[in-house]
Amino acid sequence: MSQTTTEGTAKTETSPETVAPKKKVALSEGKRAERRLGWLLCAPAAITMIAVTGWPILYSLLLSMQRFDLKFPDRTEWIWFDNYVTVLSSPYWWNAVWVTVLLTVVTVAVELVLGMSLALIMHRALVGRGIVRTTTLIPYGIVTVVAAFSWRFAWTPGTGYLAEALGGDPVLTEKIPALMVVGLAEIWKTTPFMALLLMAGLALVPDDLLKAAAMDGASGWQRFIKITVPIMKPAILVALLFRTLDAFRIFDNLFVLTAGSQGTSSVSMLTYNNLIKGLNLGIGSTMSVLIFIMVAIIAFVFIKLFGTAAPGSDDGGKR
Amino acid sequence: MAGIGGAETTGKKVGWGVLNTVVVIYALVPVLWIVSLSFKSSETLADGNFIPREWSLENYQNIFSTTEFTRALVNSIGIAIIATTIAVVFGTMAAYAIARLDFPGKNLLVGVSLLIAMFPQVSLVSPLFEIERSLGLFDTWPGLILPYITFALPLAIYTLSAFFREIPWELEKAAKMDGATPGQAFRRVIAPLAAPGVFTTAILVFIFCWNDFLFAISLTSTEQTRTVPVALSFFTGSSQFEDPAGSIAAAAVVITIPIILFVLFFQRRIVAGLTSGAVKG
Repeated sequence: MSQTTTEGTAKTETSPETVAPKKKVALSEGKRAERRLGWLLCAPAAITMIAVTGWPILYSLLLSMQRFDLKFPDRTEWIWFDNYVTVLSSPYWWNAVWVTVLLTVVTVAVELVLGMSLALIMHRALVGRGIVRTTTLIPYGIVTVVAAFSWRFAWTPGTGYLAEALGGDPVLTEKIPALMVVGLAEIWKTTPFMALLLMAGLALVPDDLLKAAAMDGASGWQRFIKITVPIMKPAILVALLFRTLDAFRIFDNLFVLTAGSQGTSSVSMLTYNNLIKGLNLGIGSTMSVLIFIMVAIIAFVFIKLFGTAAPGSDDGGKR
Repeated sequence: MAGIGGAETTGKKVGWGVLNTVVVIYALVPVLWIVSLSFKSSETLADGNFIPREWSLENYQNIFSTTEFTRALVNSIGIAIIATTIAVVFGTMAAYAIARLDFPGKNLLVGVSLLIAMFPQVSLVSPLFEIERSLGLFDTWPGLILPYITFALPLAIYTLSAFFREIPWELEKAAKMDGATPGQAFRRVIAPLAAPGVFTTAILVFIFCWNDFLFAISLTSTEQTRTVPVALSFFTGSSQFEDPAGSIAAAAVVITIPIILFVLFFQRRIVAGLTSGAVKG
């Protein structure tokens, strides 16, 4: 993303009408027309995005400070931070936080390894490259709920081939096995996306460099660690950031596979249950705000840790 | 991985063949399983066999005989197409401005769309639920189309601005010098160059809208607006003793067909779109 801005500006700066304005105070007519056109073209997108996210975010902050239960609308009142106390002292909330963190860390780690292997296969395959790329796009494109049902039926005793093969135990009714199945479903679905992002990074590694290293006697593994990985670091970080934030919102797979029973709720699942099933807007909004804060922290940590390579920063990230 | 610059020996080809097969099996098994389930007759549905012992179309007949599924299919198609069209039009305008024009606030727009791309969608569900109820948008098409456009826009803007930066815009000037009007220059020169990018973006955005479950299940409450993924999760057998697995599998296969078609026909474009938007963008 960083390059969007850098490259974008770089391009326009070379065009004749944009070189001057930095020195001149008064804008030329053409320059002003360009600004107006720019704003005009961006307005519909900007207005939609702000309208659908801006006000609702503020509104959820307001809601989170009220007792607001649609089952008892008369008892609505301002209670400031009581909802936060309620949520943060609830064992269900903390269980959901740990389940979400565990699923996120484990699935993203496995996806990075699998995704890298898949990316190397897609990048280097001597034969059948098209077939491999086409089939790996299927998990990416398929509706998550459809894939989740496939896994659910596969693990249903009696109905499913996997359940039968593994002795017919009902794995989805116990916490740890159920979470493993959810993790598996998540990994299957999203590894191809990770692999595609990594493949784009692989394409940036110059073949000559690898050949030269091979001549100098570097082994395949050494070439990978010393050359390939450092060059594609920005791509790896972008892939990790996107997948981590995406994994953190896990909902569809859990909804279909366990519906959050046996303590397998993620934070999204718990929020949904409080809001839509429980109709408790106050508590639901409090959880929404807390999730928002957690996601912001994750994004912040990524950007701090990896500095200029992170997307969205205006400088750096240039290859 | 294979050595670099080595001769393409038969051994290597066999190695790649094995690797490719592993990947193909990995990607296809869950899909084939749901297809297989959808073709099982109700007697053999719960036999746990990967391949149907008895092929039958009864599950498909069942789902297409109820409005629960057909209505949901209409909703899914309608909502996804409308949301995709609007998101791609707005996204094209914004991406053109980002790629081609210089104006204050450009970085802000890019930043905001990046924030939205990373935004936890469940955090929007609570306020949208209440806001849409008070505006009368709850359980309507626009009530779903709006959040879809919003979350599709960052994807559209990034993918499109990556594509637009690759277009040789000098051609437009050259056409004008040769006497073409701005309209002609756009229609004859720029539009054909930009069309593939716009088309690719439309596919990606459509897949996103088609896939959504969280908004669809939270912001709808009746069969009138439910999309297929949501309707699936509400399927029950026609009697309480009937396993809905067959109907769910059949409906699942039906909504997977467009995805398979996209992937088969536009594999190259989808790969290019995903990678350009995410890494170069």
